[in-house]
Amino acid sequence: MLGYITRRILFAIPIAFGVSVVCFSLVYLAPGDPLQTILPADATAEMVEQIKHAYGLDRPLPVQFFLWLGHVLTGDFGMSISTRRPVILEVTGALSNTFMLTSFAVPLAFIIGYTMGAIAGCFPGRAVDRIVTGAAVVGVSLPNYWLGIVLVIVFAVELMVLPATGMGPKGSAQFSIFRWSDAQYLVLPVVTLSMIPVGIIARTTRAAVAEVLSQDFVTTLRAKGLGEIAVIRHVLKNSAPQVLAVMGLQFGYLMGGSILVETVFTWPGSGFMLSKAIINRDIPVLQGTILFLAMIFVATNLVVDLLQSVIDPRIRRT
Amino acid sequence: MSQTASLPVRVRFDDDAPPALRVRGYWSSVGYRLRHDPATLFFGLVVLLIVLAAIFAPLLAPFDPYKESVVLRLKPFGYRGHPLGTDELGRDLLSRLIYGGRSSLLMGLVPVCIAVVLGGTLGVIGGFAGRRVNAAIMRTMDVFYAFPSVLLAVAISGAMGGGMANGMAALALVFIPAMCRVAETATAQVRSLDFIEAARATGAGTFTIVRYHVLGNVLGPVFIYASSLVSVSILLASGLSFLGLGVKPPTPDWGLMLSTLRQSIYVAPLSCALPGAAIFVTSICFNLVSDGIRSAMDVRL
Repeated sequence: MLGYITRRILFAIPIAFGVSVVCFSLVYLAPGDPLQTILPADATAEMVEQIKHAYGLDRPLPVQFFLWLGHVLTGDFGMSISTRRPVILEVTGALSNTFMLTSFAVPLAFIIGYTMGAIAGCFPGRAVDRIVTGAAVVGVSLPNYWLGIVLVIVFAVELMVLPATGMGPKGSAQFSIFRWSDAQYLVLPVVTLSMIPVGIIARTTRAAVAEVLSQDFVTTLRAKGLGEIAVIRHVLKNSAPQVLAVMGLQFGYLMGGSILVETVFTWPGSGFMLSKAIINRDIPVLQGTILFLAMIFVATNLVVDLLQSVIDPRIRRT
Repeated sequence: MSQTASLPVRVRFDDDAPPALRVRGYWSSVGYRLRHDPATLFFGLVVLLIVLAAIFAPLLAPFDPYKESVVLRLKPFGYRGHPLGTDELGRDLLSRLIYGGRSSLLMGLVPVCIAVVLGGTLGVIGGFAGRRVNAAIMRTMDVFYAFPSVLLAVAISGAMGGGMANGMAALALVFIPAMCRVAETATAQVRSLDFIEAARATGAGTFTIVRYHVLGNVLGPVFIYASSLVSVSILLASGLSFLGLGVKPPTPDWGLMLSTLRQSIYVAPLSCALPGAAIFVTSICFNLVSDGIRSAMDVRL
């Protein structure tokens, strides 16, 4: 057990290193000089050299990378070009707003998706299975940014029961999920965000339950006279690790992939900040946000793997 | 493609399949199953219609999709011969929807094709060479796997400054690791089988073995996986355009139309929902066709 955990953590370190290399190189993907946004238009060649030296840009790339990595590890992500605030403050503030969305969207998706998938898996090939499978395909193929717009049209424009965008007049600092006047701003983004995971979780659950149902031990359970409800309980328990793993991964995907939904709802989270940073060509914010989100994704994958090995000891052997 | 080489992995008939199936070859039984799958045929027809509409857009579109009009802005359905009304610059919405399929389909298909060629090649090389080469390729791919796909696509195309070509390159890069994994798994499975050993014993070189004996077994899973990626690619590509990172205005594109019409959501809510509906229908049809082909080819990923 301890061996597995150590191995898995050691395996994550080179990945995290690779991720930081990719994030570092993003700056060099940008067309033109990375300095372009800071330099005044009429900068002389001498001035360019000076600034390059000040930022360490005249050193070899690997040296630049490790200097950057050193700064990043101590929490220094540089300054935002557009707001002149430290990137770390901007990112952590935005991340907490994204986290608020995902922490509601993932459980919601799990409850709906798991129920749908479990029912479908118990009756493979029947009408209810076809309906659930169809609904799952819809969930996976739905452009969630469009679903968000449609929900806004229905509930904000036509029915006028829910607010369309934003976090409310008080802003994110005084946002409280326990007040309905604030919490109502959560409803549409959360529902929109949970649509894809509902489809994925329903599909996975259906496949897992159907697979477990076809195993020999189910026949044994029935043969020894166990009631159908008790059999289903055994089956659901056996299919749980797979579903939990998918759900954990969805959490990571939603943290990193909420950019479209946050843009639709102008929700001041990390995704919205990312899209603003792209429009403003604010490379330090872009780099910092992506690094943070990718690291969260790596960490969730790690936690999911470890949890799975706790729940299902068979995994550790591989 | 060598039929005999593909036999050990591919042919796995169900016990309850009609006896007529057993005497057919692999491809004709795939064709048989597809012909008897009305749902897949129907959605395949819809996909075909969408593709044809995009190709023959100049013949089908009732108006010039670029022609703006100050007086005809955001008109409702059926207004003065505009079947679906007009957009925020007075351009005919139906014509723009028909033309918009071009960039959306292009951005859905091209990245997947690039990923099949590059990712597939890398995967076959890794899976066949094994050991160090394999480890080097797959560990590099793991790094790109560590990004959520939307985030990676946005990060790369955002850093490169947007545009259709950059968007397609970014999407290709998102798909290459996954494609590589599929090809690598399939290659590694075939590599240890006896007929590869037999081919080597008869004096076949590495290239011949890969060309005749490995590719035949890898292309199936790769093709199936690629077909399921098309729908994802269309969704992501439209998403990039929606964020302003893909197709640039005034080119008609579903994602871009969705983002510009969104500004008029209170004036013309129905027109605003249309481009997204086009994305949704295209994506779900590709998804269902892919599912149908997968079950007809009986490939598990």
